Amino acid sequence: MQRLRVRYAKRGRLRFTSHRDISRAVERAVRRAEVPVAFSAGFSPHPKISYVGAAAPTGVASEAEYLEISVTRQCDPGRLKAALDGSLPPGLDVLDVVEAGSGSLADRLECSAWELRLPGADLALAAVAVERFNAAERIEVERLTKKGMRRFDAREAVLSLTTAEGSGTTAGQAISQSCVILRMVVRHATPAVRPDDVLTGLRLVADFAPPSPPEVTRLAQGPLDVRIGGPVDPFDLDRDTSRGGETGPAGGHVDGDL
Amino acid sequence: MSVESQPVESLFPRLEALLPKVSKPIQYVGGELNSTVKDWDEATVRWALMYPDAYEVGLPNQGVQILYEILNEMPGTLAERTYAVWPDLEALMRAEGVPQFTVDAHRPVRAFDVLGLSFSTELGYTNMLTALDLAGIPLEAADRGDDDPIVLAGGHAAFNPEPIADFLDAAVLGDGEQIAIAITEVIREWKAEGSPGGRDELLMRLAESGGVYVPKFYDVDYHPDGRIRRVAPNRSGVPWRVHKHTVMDLDEWPYPKKPLVPLAETVHERFSVEIFRGCTRGCRFCQAGMITRPVRERSITTIGDMVEAGVKASGFNEVGLLSLSSADHSEIGDVAKGLADRYEGTNTSLSLPSTRVDAFNIDLANEFSRNGRRSGLTFAPEGGSERMRKVINKMVTEEDLIRTVTTAYTQGWRQVKLYFMCGLPTEEDADVLGIADLARKVIKAGREATGSRDIRCTVSIGGFVPKPHTPFQWAAQADHETVDRRLKALKDTLRGDKEYGRAIGMRYHDGKPSIVEGLLSRGDRRVGAVIRAVWQDGGRFDGWSEHFSFQRWMDAAAKAGVDVDWYTTREREENEVLPWDHLDAGLDREWLWQDWQDAINDVEVEDCRWTPCYDCGVCPSMGTEIQIGPTGRKLLPLTVV
Repeated sequence: MQRLRVRYAKRGRLRFTSHRDISRAVERAVRRAEVPVAFSAGFSPHPKISYVGAAAPTGVASEAEYLEISVTRQCDPGRLKAALDGSLPPGLDVLDVVEAGSGSLADRLECSAWELRLPGADLALAAVAVERFNAAERIEVERLTKKGMRRFDAREAVLSLTTAEGSGTTAGQAISQSCVILRMVVRHATPAVRPDDVLTGLRLVADFAPPSPPEVTRLAQGPLDVRIGGPVDPFDLDRDTSRGGETGPAGGHVDGDL
Repeated sequence: MSVESQPVESLFPRLEALLPKVSKPIQYVGGELNSTVKDWDEATVRWALMYPDAYEVGLPNQGVQILYEILNEMPGTLAERTYAVWPDLEALMRAEGVPQFTVDAHRPVRAFDVLGLSFSTELGYTNMLTALDLAGIPLEAADRGDDDPIVLAGGHAAFNPEPIADFLDAAVLGDGEQIAIAITEVIREWKAEGSPGGRDELLMRLAESGGVYVPKFYDVDYHPDGRIRRVAPNRSGVPWRVHKHTVMDLDEWPYPKKPLVPLAETVHERFSVEIFRGCTRGCRFCQAGMITRPVRERSITTIGDMVEAGVKASGFNEVGLLSLSSADHSEIGDVAKGLADRYEGTNTSLSLPSTRVDAFNIDLANEFSRNGRRSGLTFAPEGGSERMRKVINKMVTEEDLIRTVTTAYTQGWRQVKLYFMCGLPTEEDADVLGIADLARKVIKAGREATGSRDIRCTVSIGGFVPKPHTPFQWAAQADHETVDRRLKALKDTLRGDKEYGRAIGMRYHDGKPSIVEGLLSRGDRRVGAVIRAVWQDGGRFDGWSEHFSFQRWMDAAAKAGVDVDWYTTREREENEVLPWDHLDAGLDREWLWQDWQDAINDVEVEDCRWTPCYDCGVCPSMGTEIQIGPTGRKLLPLTVV
């Protein structure tokens, strides 16, 4: 059985999909694209598609979500990418597909790079808040999770946090308006520190609050490269091992359809 | 109705700013697979289709999907969909001034020519008022101007639209396919002529045909005691009676061809094909069976083609074969086997909702579960005692039921669900307690046959509501105290049973919502004030127990001077003019009355598909006939994909 790893994006209005919405959409797209997906055995067989890492929350866009899919016939990653992307609704876009190499993909997703656009926010105030955030050692925030209200440190996991000025049309504004852009790299931890936790932290340290809901995008996730201070492509390792031939056929037997 | 000079822009940018603050925002963004967005300016007739409940309930609705596809296939015509928004978004829309929108292109509903509402149930009435109000359309038809859409109701509840007559411009009875096209052409012609005479003339043109009911062209007079004296047209050219529509050849209307596939989770995650319309089993409580006559089957080959195309176009992994009693299709065995063969090994499951109690259905269920999934089977004896089942004309003997269920257990089904009703005409406490006896016998026989104690039976009980155009339209509805008392007695009996009680589950609702449903089902124009008052008091989503408030309805009725008992628990006389008597479902009133008398006397009536016609009146008055197979054709397995 072959395993393929898929990087996909959720963009635009599709950012309002929940993780469950995406999983149904992917299952249906797999059927429409006639991908020879493997099924689990048992009373209620389900397709072997697993989602890797913590999904971007509902309402948050992402350029870097990951899943793994097991197929019963050898598939060419390039063809699978085209077929799956063609079957998914626009806004759920397949960006990259590789044959799984050795090692767990989940283990490689060590950190995420995020971008937050804050329409109508004040750049100077944001800069002060970010400075204070970066200067702090611990910032305790509270968030309602499935296990109830949890209190945790939102500072340590944040590897970098910077501000920039941006512009462009944003939700709710017909005319373009200046906005503040926050960029951050956050190490994956338990409980996960999410962009909204960082915003909570900014409010706590400097009373900084954006006037309208932020537009959040996950730009990348992967192994942390300390030289660049952010994630690198987690598929690099799969490409290396398949070149080395560890997991078999790069360009070997390939099924006719996919 | 659109003012042609004004451009119609997408409301999405304004809506998008609100979405991060609401629950399940995906339901409002549209973009479903197989949805259609057409150019606004290239269409001359534009429909907004509404299912007046939440998106998760409304999206799978077959009626809306069929009309949406048919209208969008017509050149110069566009159709978009709109659903009830949840209170969290409603509040934000009001605060920000965002009007009711369609999910396809997020256009304002008020800009359309027609707002077509599909009412499966009366409990969507308050949601209609929310949508009208958010759209900026006056609630009362009398206050609307030429810029407002024609507000048009269809669906089963439209067979008595009188409680919402003040809010509607028009209503249509029966199958929507052909009449929606006809209405479109009337509007197109009227607009091409420069909209002469405003909306009044358009409504007149629609009413003249006798196929569209325009409430304001009819006056209702009352007796001093409150009964209706007469319903009569108030201008010449308007027919005395409005008739229902019947599509006679379902093979010519194979819709939906391209089912909508939502991103959001909905109540039915499957591709549904209607395998026939109508039902002549003659269950006396069943409005659907009465108003959709005669039986018209879709042929096995059309069913096969629709399933194949629909599964391919949607990616759904479940196919539902819909109808009012699906196992009654003349070739259901071949349909089941043919589809099971085609989809063997593809993890595509087949389901057959609405089946009757007989052994043949177990064979069918076995065929459908060939891939190993045998979870539960559902049967609907509806009445707890033999006498009760005679009254409602549900011809199932206790022997049949126990034999059928025992067969199911021996063939590996572990769980059987039985549907019943409480509050039926002539019902006594003993009839409801009979449900417990039946369930005990079912478990006893099942244990003996399988030698296992690992079998279960769930009894599910709904409150009976007398419906227009049925033999029970004259009946007194049971008051909710009586229904609740009987349900409690049943529950206590089951709970107290040491031998079988733990193998029997019971699901039920209290009797109060049925009283409100009864008021709306058999109400007349005076009930409109109650609906409006409930809505003004915050009433929304009345079909949802967490939103429904019985007290709100009772308070509003009291304030409006409407006696709820008079509409619900009062038995009607033969000659009383009923609010829907001028609306023609084809059923002969004398036959309905005779069937009501037969019900009281425990006299059963056979199914006219297989026995001689008993003159219900539908076929001759509507110019229709029963259309059933067998065609003798078979489904071949699909070629390997």
